Amino acid sequence: MYAGTKKLTGWYLGVGMVALFIGGALGPLQKLEHVGINVYPALTNVGLNSYYQGLTIHGVLNVLVWTTFFIVGFLTFANVHSLKRDLTHPKLNWASLIIMIVGLVMAAVPVLLNLATVLFTFYPPLMASPYYYIGLTLVVIGSWVGGWGMFLTYRAWRKENPGVQTPLIALASNITMAMWQIATVGIAAEMLWLIIPWSLGLVDGIDPQLARTFFWFTGHPIVYFWLLPAYVAWYGMVPQQAGGKLFSEPMARLVFWLFLLLSIPVGLHHQYLDPSVPQGWKVVHAVLTYSLFIPSLLTAFNVIASLELGGRARGGTGLLGWIRTLPWDNPSFTAQNLAMILFAFGGIGGLTNASYNLNLVIHNTMWVPGHFHLTVGSGVTLTFFGIAYWLVPKLANKPLFSNKVALWQSWTWFVGMLLMSNGLHILGLNFGSPRRTMLGVAPYASADWQPLLIEAALGGIILGVSGLLFYTNMLGTVFSKKTLTEEIEMPVAEPLEAHPAPAWLDSWRPWVVATLVLIVVSYGPILVYLISNLNLTSPGFNKLW
Amino acid sequence: MMHIDSRERNFIIGTTILLLIFGAAVLVSSFAFGFQVPAPVERIDPKVVATPGQSPWGDPVAERLRELAPNKYEVYILAQAWAFQPNQIRVPVGSTVTFYLTSKDVQHGFRLDGTNINMMVLPGEVSRLTATFDEPGEYNFICHEYCGVGHHTMYGQLIVEP
Ligand code: HEM
Ligand SMILES: [Cu+2]
Ligand SMILES: [Cu+2]
Repeated sequence: MYAGTKKLTGWYLGVGMVALFIGGALGPLQKLEHVGINVYPALTNVGLNSYYQGLTIHGVLNVLVWTTFFIVGFLTFANVHSLKRDLTHPKLNWASLIIMIVGLVMAAVPVLLNLATVLFTFYPPLMASPYYYIGLTLVVIGSWVGGWGMFLTYRAWRKENPGVQTPLIALASNITMAMWQIATVGIAAEMLWLIIPWSLGLVDGIDPQLARTFFWFTGHPIVYFWLLPAYVAWYGMVPQQAGGKLFSEPMARLVFWLFLLLSIPVGLHHQYLDPSVPQGWKVVHAVLTYSLFIPSLLTAFNVIASLELGGRARGGTGLLGWIRTLPWDNPSFTAQNLAMILFAFGGIGGLTNASYNLNLVIHNTMWVPGHFHLTVGSGVTLTFFGIAYWLVPKLANKPLFSNKVALWQSWTWFVGMLLMSNGLHILGLNFGSPRRTMLGVAPYASADWQPLLIEAALGGIILGVSGLLFYTNMLGTVFSKKTLTEEIEMPVAEPLEAHPAPAWLDSWRPWVVATLVLIVVSYGPILVYLISNLNLTSPGFNKLW
Repeated sequence: MMHIDSRERNFIIGTTILLLIFGAAVLVSSFAFGFQVPAPVERIDPKVVATPGQSPWGDPVAERLRELAPNKYEVYILAQAWAFQPNQIRVPVGSTVTFYLTSKDVQHGFRLDGTNINMMVLPGEVSRLTATFDEPGEYNFICHEYCGVGHHTMYGQLIVEP
């Protein structure tokens, strides 16, 4: 069924996975550099000029390309299968894919030529080749177009099914995409107004403080753009894979609406230490950030309760006995469940980052990569691996190459990530070791850091092995000679109780209006303040790498 | 209205209370204990900030540390790829020092070991924080924002003399 959508999804996932392969390969090299094993000089033959060029590739491919391609592909697929309605405008969705690929190539070329070693945050006035910025902008625009294809399909379904409540997976997928459209206004303003004209030489100066503010307008909600598709799977699919039901379906709907409402007006928590943002607005965003933990805690309750239903249905008894009876032999389940556990640690660390005062201790230290490898590097990425373990066989119409390799992959990721993130967190917290730094040759690096750097490097190597296991499985599946005997169905969790959710949880207007109002209130004054004191004085610097 | 399981309702109430406590702790530490993060000082032109006579960062490096009163100092540090200027600062123990930083090129960071001083340093902006030094010793200040291929060499030292 839906052969066209299948093919389209396959393309999105394939491009994303190639990106992660290249970007991910650099991770262990970074860890080796930190313990004094610098392999970068040997890589100049293949055109890699520095640690920092490698770090740019790692950041851009892993966190901008892999995530965005996987997400647009997965949500397009999930929307169609949840609505049981094929795409209304498949050409639009294909256009999205093509625009994203063109943008990716355009951005990748200058990165590979060492003309854009500005990291994935591209803070001006470091100035990359204009193609880098235009390419990244096209990737975002392509993802918008993919969203429009989804919205049009959803609208058609609503017309065809008057009075029927939107299925949870479709609702959550569309909310995620709608949030993304609103959230990317920041990056669009940064690129189109400030950076692109300046990098093309049309204007002389840029305002780095305003550029950062636009960047983080999108930069916080982007993490929810990565996370919500994982939540789509945790709520909408994993309970079924665990043999249970979704404990509270209406609460799941509420959670997605709350994320639409609260993901955006919190971006200043990345700018607590910026000079020209008034303290009062930092506090406002700190408080709003705390409120954003509520939907995540609701998720913890609901998802764990659903897993418990599964474990008990499979014969588990006692307070914790249900954990043992979960389907740990199913790699898709195991990968996603381990992802949840790693994500929980990441969430706790996130509370620290968000705390206005504790942030001073850890800002821009190794704590931060320790944190986000648990969240986007595990909660999201390992969940996507878990999804790939059923979705890629379905798309390829071939059985998974090996369950056993997939189980090993999940557990090695879990162990490797615990080691790496533990080392990185402590380095940042206790020693203030800076992130984005060649620690192996930094003159101030202290001998006290060594044991932790070694622990983290060991974790990094285990993660590298885990990555190879994942790719072995994907290639083995896609190039397998076997075909499936019966079609794999997308897992869809049933609600525990049949009560439909109240109408206000299936109604867009109030939520979208409230979201826009909250953005205007939380960002309007600070943007007016910065723009009325515009400081377009910084020329570009493109010879610093 | 929506049906909510009673255990779930209790969980919601409990976690909300917990977050309110955390939030209150953050606010109390910021306001009651005079806890500080950078706040707007002024916006300047990075192209002329290091020109003598144009700004305190244009003064000779040796004159950038100023004693305002006994044990009370201010210091104007210029960040540029890939050095802080001055990169060695000596003050007597018990001093209170206010740090003023700006950048004449790209973004940098400034984190001073053993203190709560941590800030972004942007061209066109002034970052300011204050700390008191009660323990003699050598404290590194490190650039923690990527600023080009020499970024990992960018640091300096504050020496608190007994
Ligand atoms: C093979 C496993 C991986 C290893 C060993 C690894 C290792 C590292 C290390 C050591 C850093 C810090 C470098 C520095 O600050 O100097 C880093 C940065 C980063 N990693 Fe990974 N990583 C891995 C996988 C991933 C994945 C799966 C993602 C996301 C999907 C990811 C996203 C990032 C990002 C966004 C940065 C920050 C780049 C920057 O600061 O500009 N990494 N990684
Ligand atoms: Cu954030
Ligand atoms: Cu630096």
